[in-house]
Amino acid sequence: MKLEMKDSPGQLVAALKPISDVGGNIIAVIHQREPGPDHGTLEVQIVLELPEGRVEMLVGLLKEQGVYIQRIGEQRLLYKRTVILIGHLMHTDLSDTVDQVDSTGFAEVSELAMSMPAVKERSSSRLTIKSVTKEDMEAALTILRRVSQQKSLLLIEPLEEIA
Amino acid sequence: MKIALIGLGFVGRGVAEMITKKDLGLTITGIADSKSGAMDPRGLDIPALLAHKKTLGYCGDPNLSSLDIIDKADYDALVEVSPTNALSGEPAIGYIRAALARKKHVVTSNKGPIALANKELRATACENNVALRYEATVAGAIPIMHTLEQGLAGNDILALYGVLNGTCNYILTRMADEGLTYEQALMEAREMGYAEADPTYDVKGIDAAIKLVILANTIWGNGVTLKDVDCTGIDLLTPDALRLAETDGCTIRLIAEAIPRKHILRVSPRIIEKSHPLVVNGTLNALTLETDMAKEITLIGRGAGSIETASAIIGDLLYIKDRYDGRA
Repeated sequence: MKLEMKDSPGQLVAALKPISDVGGNIIAVIHQREPGPDHGTLEVQIVLELPEGRVEMLVGLLKEQGVYIQRIGEQRLLYKRTVILIGHLMHTDLSDTVDQVDSTGFAEVSELAMSMPAVKERSSSRLTIKSVTKEDMEAALTILRRVSQQKSLLLIEPLEEIA
Repeated sequence: MKIALIGLGFVGRGVAEMITKKDLGLTITGIADSKSGAMDPRGLDIPALLAHKKTLGYCGDPNLSSLDIIDKADYDALVEVSPTNALSGEPAIGYIRAALARKKHVVTSNKGPIALANKELRATACENNVALRYEATVAGAIPIMHTLEQGLAGNDILALYGVLNGTCNYILTRMADEGLTYEQALMEAREMGYAEADPTYDVKGIDAAIKLVILANTIWGNGVTLKDVDCTGIDLLTPDALRLAETDGCTIRLIAEAIPRKHILRVSPRIIEKSHPLVVNGTLNALTLETDMAKEITLIGRGAGSIETASAIIGDLLYIKDRYDGRA
């Protein structure tokens, strides 16, 4: 989102604080020290992640701080699910397993943690999958369920939040 | 109210002892174990019969069978707590049919008959205007059936999630807390008396699936059977998997889940936040119901034990006593 605020000390912090207050995560802050069209104001672009449905709350808080929102860019909702896979992960080509999710284009494995005991033992790994929509997440999990079955892996899914 | 008690094992003994000890207005007039039976319309001397069983291995007259007691004794309600056969449900189904045919109420802790023949048995009970109650079949002492029937009456039950097998929950708790392997935790569970010599039913999730079937049929009357449950056990879990879950503030529990609107009927190990109310320790059971009016309700309690199970059975008996008073 692109913000416009008074060019005075403490203003940037005042504009960023509401983001953490609503549980958001700042990915990038682009701050150009050129005078804005109106004298004495400052333009800042912020790229951030927000929990679903918090945009309105953030807009309200920013207005209270006297920050003017010039524009809210593309909203990309982010869904995150963590699953655990157990089995002969390397022998069954773990990178192929990850690729099958990534290749969909709508979901990706963003984190992978793994533990490998003795060579012939089953290994365990934790995969974090991100997607833009809930449907994409469900589709990614469906793929993972199918691949796990084909490769005789045990897939442990999270218990979905009770809605 | 007069009671005939069939089965004098772990659960039956607990029921007999509590009925004798507490002044509940219940009198045992018939009793049978696998080898013998006894009846007396004025009430049996339970401490003497239990002592008899302890020394001789059977409680009454070896010429009297369970069916003799069910068919001939003078009683109002049958308590059927003979050993469970999850595949055939027998001989318990036969016992229950015989009692219902005599227009006697039936209370059972036996999962086999309720999972396999719930619809038929309930219909027979209804025709004969008697009660068939089975609080003790699911989650031991937790009054789940009473909660569904009375406390949550009028609610639509949208989903249910449960930790329904104490053996699995004990194993997973120990794997998470102590970093034990599955095999080590199972061995420990056996030593503590929490796991059977053949733990297959428990660890493969079949026991939890049977309880899920009973709950689903009770709540939604949807006629599902064990074959309809998508069932995965805990026997392939690794300590590493539990450690990986831990780094996110989560753990792994065997969760039985039924969500009719999504066609989900499943028992599987799941990643779950440690702060979730379903994450209970040791052999405890827990159940979360999602309903339209009450929203979420979670019940936690002991899923097994002699006296704990007797609590559920006596609750059913006293419900029948209240409800049918005057004609019982």
